[in-house]
Amino acid sequence: MPKFEYAPAPESRAIVTIEKSYGLFIDGAFTRPKATFPTVNPADETVLAEVSQAGPKDVDKAVAAARRAYEGVWGRMSGAERGKYLFRIARILQERAREFAVLESLDNGKPIKETRDFDVPTAAAHFFYHAGWADKLEYAGLGAPGDAPARAHGVVAQIVPWNFPLLMLAWKVAPALATGNTVVLKPAETTPLSALLFAEVCQQADLPAGVVNIVTGDGRTGQALVEHPDVDKIAFTGSTEVGKIIARSIAGTAKKATLELGGKAANIIFDDAPIEQAVEGIVGGIFFNQGQVCCAGSRLLVQENIHDQVIAKLKRRLQTLRVGDPLDKNSDLGAINSREQLDRITMLVDAGVAEGAERWSPACTLPTKGFWYPPTLLTGVSQTHRVATEEIFGPVLTVLTFRTPQEAVAKANNSAYGLSAGVWTEKGSRILWMADQLKAGVVWANTFNRFDPSSPFGGYKESGYGREGGRHGLEAYVTTAPSTLTGAAR
Amino acid sequence: MVTVSTTTRTAQDLTAQARDVLGVSRLTNHALTSWLHGLPGVDQVGCEARAASLGTRSIKTTSKAWAIDTAIGMIDLTTLEGSDTVGKVRSLCAKALVPDPLDPTTPRPAAICVYGDMVATAKAALADSGIHVAAVATAFPSGRASMPVKLADTRDAVEAGADEIDMVIDRGAFLSGDYLTVFNQITEVKQACGTAHLKVIMETGELVTYDNVRRASYLSMLAGGDFIKTSTGKVQPAATLPVTLIMLEAVRDWRDLTGSQVGVKPAGGIKTTKDAIKYLVMVSEIAGDDWLSPEWFRFGASSLLNDLILQRQKLATGAYSGADYVTID
Repeated sequence: MPKFEYAPAPESRAIVTIEKSYGLFIDGAFTRPKATFPTVNPADETVLAEVSQAGPKDVDKAVAAARRAYEGVWGRMSGAERGKYLFRIARILQERAREFAVLESLDNGKPIKETRDFDVPTAAAHFFYHAGWADKLEYAGLGAPGDAPARAHGVVAQIVPWNFPLLMLAWKVAPALATGNTVVLKPAETTPLSALLFAEVCQQADLPAGVVNIVTGDGRTGQALVEHPDVDKIAFTGSTEVGKIIARSIAGTAKKATLELGGKAANIIFDDAPIEQAVEGIVGGIFFNQGQVCCAGSRLLVQENIHDQVIAKLKRRLQTLRVGDPLDKNSDLGAINSREQLDRITMLVDAGVAEGAERWSPACTLPTKGFWYPPTLLTGVSQTHRVATEEIFGPVLTVLTFRTPQEAVAKANNSAYGLSAGVWTEKGSRILWMADQLKAGVVWANTFNRFDPSSPFGGYKESGYGREGGRHGLEAYVTTAPSTLTGAAR
Repeated sequence: MVTVSTTTRTAQDLTAQARDVLGVSRLTNHALTSWLHGLPGVDQVGCEARAASLGTRSIKTTSKAWAIDTAIGMIDLTTLEGSDTVGKVRSLCAKALVPDPLDPTTPRPAAICVYGDMVATAKAALADSGIHVAAVATAFPSGRASMPVKLADTRDAVEAGADEIDMVIDRGAFLSGDYLTVFNQITEVKQACGTAHLKVIMETGELVTYDNVRRASYLSMLAGGDFIKTSTGKVQPAATLPVTLIMLEAVRDWRDLTGSQVGVKPAGGIKTTKDAIKYLVMVSEIAGDDWLSPEWFRFGASSLLNDLILQRQKLATGAYSGADYVTID
């Protein structure tokens, strides 16, 4: 019997130039690299570059540069002019899309088909979308009726995670700039390179110095940034644990915050669902980006009468997933971002098996170097198991069952988190009822993991507060308190 | 050389088997409706997204060479025009026998597909080459004729030597919910085919919804079709990736259900190597590699062959030759 073998189809890494070492991007220029630490390619553990650990003094300089830029230029610029810069950045991101896609894949470990088809185009889309808002903010209905006109906060500190380094940067930087704020952004310790390339884009777009500053480093840099007295607002995406630390540290200050934290989304499959598409939705829901997605559909809730059929179809589908070289255009799954994350996934799955879950993975050969975890199903899971309640943040699907819509809602909502949920049924009325009952910021119907700049995103409960994207996302970046600037344009 | 298992089935046999599959004592339109409408629905957006994502597979070097040769061997090289003549059909047969005079290692297509009155001409031209002759029948392409006419059309082609019959279903009956009529027509045509292979053309462009495509696929398999085929090529849209995706899921699940394997033939609008490779990726990843042979997968096409030959020459020589270096027919 013939077999269709796909020959290797690697994307060339020659398109992107990676420096040996990087400084910080402060006030429109790169500083000299110092106190460097390596950033590695998680697919083979080679060092890609050395980046600088920003200390409190560096953070101070960055915040001061952002303050000067806000007071001197950006806060006074008309929305139409700000919009021009954002459109320019969006176009440059599109022009340099392949460069960003390869770099992101190298630094993060995610497959090139995702960076090429999702991360980079969606990042550009966020800049385009917010560019359009920049001169229309007074029509966005921000603030309560009778409030003073909405205005920028001033200096915004933004901390983004390693799972979508460039996209999360875009989610944060685009609305901040559109509304007239200036930014100090800290990319994740393990994935700083796309943010540093974005710094180059800011230079290329002639963005005024200090409007965007990028400081690399670990949690200490983030702490210095959050605690800096001249920061007006904090936008954080990351773990619930760190989110709580941030919330505590700014309690009693005038700082505003939006926190986009963890999740343990239920993906609910009813017996009248379009089964083939539901199976695709389950696969996309949990194996997209190796499951390292805060809104991943990590808890499959399947109606008991179709459990065996769905699991059989799912297993057959998982056998066609291609795990391997992230730069190969045919790889469906790439590497786990870090050893630390790989260890956490391994620990939690082992705990699940010890608690009685049954573990299954398709036959796949994993590379010997790098951080790899096979796509994994855990069946026979109960609500009390750790793997059903804790966020695994890896390519691991836990499978639970339900009997009635009411039970599905009860189980889905029985979580400390509330970021997203999926509902699969051909019955329109049930979709509406479920969406009303589910305590989740996003409810997808007959799809999963769809994102659009015009659609607000954010969580309930321990998944955080504040919304990003859409008109709602603008609210987080404006205040109706009186302005400290004199003669500022709006 | 295409090997096709020969099965002679009477309409009674097929009806008995269908009762068995449905678990009913009498095959009524009500029973068929319950069964077909009990199949899971198709979400249009999800189905089209899946088809598009399979289309992004990057097939290079050795895989591409393998795919091109495999695709050539799966072509039903087709001419179905009112202007067809003996000369035209002979020349198409000559093309099938020697697809690329510059490279004798080029594989031959699986079959020549013509109207019934051209079967004898094609048969004589192809002789014992192993290339099959397929004939469209049953008042192709509309299917708007009485059953005796459709059966006579089928028998005429079989008697002239057709190895394969491509019939059309009665879309009017299907869309009005008269599944039993569609079923009975297919079983009777199958019986009239004798040992000739039966491909059932659903004309998916007229069925419109993916739910209908899935139901028509199951109905055609239940009634004994050896292949399910998308289109006549006379209606737009003809073959599409999402429609073929649903048909591939159907034949895969049908084999799980009954143990018997049915082939798939997208036809119409597949013109380039790039398109053909997308279909082969889909066959491999949806139905499985068991379907990757001319016995189980065909392309109904005419201009596709020359694009495959051009790409084949390009892989061999490293340079594009151009349309002047492949024979038109």
